[in-house]
Amino acid sequence: MSRQTVEFSVTAAEKLNETLNAFLQIDREGALQRATEIEAGPLAGVPIAIKDNICVKGMQASCGSKILGDYHPPYNATVIERLIKAGAVVIGKTNCDEFAMGSSNENSAFGPVRNPWDTTRVSGGSSGGSATAVAAGIVPVALGSDTGGSVRQPASLCGVIGLKPTYGRISRYGLVAFASSLDQIGVFAREVEDVARVLGVIAGRDNHDATSADVPVPDYTASLTGDLKGARLGFPRTLFGKGLDEEVKQSVESVVDVYRDLGAEIVDIELPNAGYAIAVYYIIATAEASSNLARFDGVRYGFRAEEAHELRQMYSKTREEGFGPEVKRRIMLGTYVLSAGYYDAYYRKAQQVRTLIKNNFLEAFKRCDAIITPTSPTPAFAIGEKVDDPLAMYLNDIYTVTANLAGIPGISVPCGLSSERLPIGFQLLGPYWSEPQLLKLAHAYEQARPFLERPPISAS
Amino acid sequence: MPIDIEKVAQLAHLDLAEEELKTFGPQIAGIVSYVEQLNEIDTTNVEPAIGGLTPEGETTGTVRDDEIRGSLGQKTALAEAPDAASGHFRVPKVL
Repeated sequence: MSRQTVEFSVTAAEKLNETLNAFLQIDREGALQRATEIEAGPLAGVPIAIKDNICVKGMQASCGSKILGDYHPPYNATVIERLIKAGAVVIGKTNCDEFAMGSSNENSAFGPVRNPWDTTRVSGGSSGGSATAVAAGIVPVALGSDTGGSVRQPASLCGVIGLKPTYGRISRYGLVAFASSLDQIGVFAREVEDVARVLGVIAGRDNHDATSADVPVPDYTASLTGDLKGARLGFPRTLFGKGLDEEVKQSVESVVDVYRDLGAEIVDIELPNAGYAIAVYYIIATAEASSNLARFDGVRYGFRAEEAHELRQMYSKTREEGFGPEVKRRIMLGTYVLSAGYYDAYYRKAQQVRTLIKNNFLEAFKRCDAIITPTSPTPAFAIGEKVDDPLAMYLNDIYTVTANLAGIPGISVPCGLSSERLPIGFQLLGPYWSEPQLLKLAHAYEQARPFLERPPISAS
Repeated sequence: MPIDIEKVAQLAHLDLAEEELKTFGPQIAGIVSYVEQLNEIDTTNVEPAIGGLTPEGETTGTVRDDEIRGSLGQKTALAEAPDAASGHFRVPKVL
């Protein structure tokens, strides 16, 4: 049985990849072999796709970059160890923006992922390949990473569920670091229950990651009761204004009505500093990235530029040839904000405003159990539309970055299609460790308004 | 203050092409002026959120026993090196 399921996924991945470019590696032989060896477990025989910045022993981990194009890590990430133990079968590695830097997957060195709803449009990013693989029905679940919205935003643009848990909920050991104080591994699925199942397997303290927290892991599926009596949903009215697509606005506002009908109380809340989140994010994320990406120097692994006759020259030529434009731009920005004399003006200032944003949430959560927002200001945009304007691209993350800055969990749930038949998603944000409550709310909506539409490009 | 883009590239160990210097310069200046909107906010006496941890994360013990454990081993550690030689990582001359 599990072999058939895995074979279906592998075949679908191979068949659709020419159109979607969702996978950078499909491991047919290995996956079918592992499918015959698995033992009983909560995910026995479940085929799963993994973003190419998470280490799976024996497979590649290019991070969507030329500099790691042929890199094969000698170890498994902790999440992979736990998935394998639970019986899951990794079928391949998914395409992503280079080092997870991007909101459209156009920054992959191996070409953009195409949205299965309309292949002229972006999948969202940076975990676009994982979102697409789930949306197109290739796999039931996939892992991505979310530093500023990289799980939730592509989930929204592709019409699937995407969860970014609380910072420290999941070990980052074996996730190639982008911005360590913001990075968190996240889960994609078409059903909330599957997200709950996978989260239960991969969450929890890990000695290999000092930032993974020692907080008990509950049975997440037990919270999917559908009972919303007494639930209070925060509605930040000011975030439903400028820059928000009218159809997205209407769609998410109608979700609020559904929750009201389900018995939730809607509470008006304010997040006064949320408007500064993008500015804070692009200081902190680039500063941490410039430091994390210093390790790619052509010495121990990955690509090395030829024709360098001196060490420093080898470093700078390797990095110049190995990194793509967006990664270089962010390394430059991060280097600048950390350079001598500027640290206080930029990095320290950003970390202070981060505290204010965090406090805004703590204050709001005194009055509500979760906050509802759109996930992305617009449905999927056209490939090429925003590539020349980095700042316009960054503004895609306006609704998602706040969760990474505050360390709180967030989930994106599909809530319909636009007039152009493109998915729209809404986001729920909750207090630290409130994954059970977020999953309960997402599940209740899913039961009340099931999203049954399937994209034109889909595994049959 | 104008950004010395060549100096930043040097600090970042990026041997940027002329054309990149030309496009990155104004783009980075644009992003920097955007992030400077943070100066509108009074952050006197606000603690920076260094680390980004939750209260539970901050109190999680991270000390482990100092035990000897297995390591990758020389062969595996060198397997991905672009230029391994005689059990070492070979690099161009330093001086």
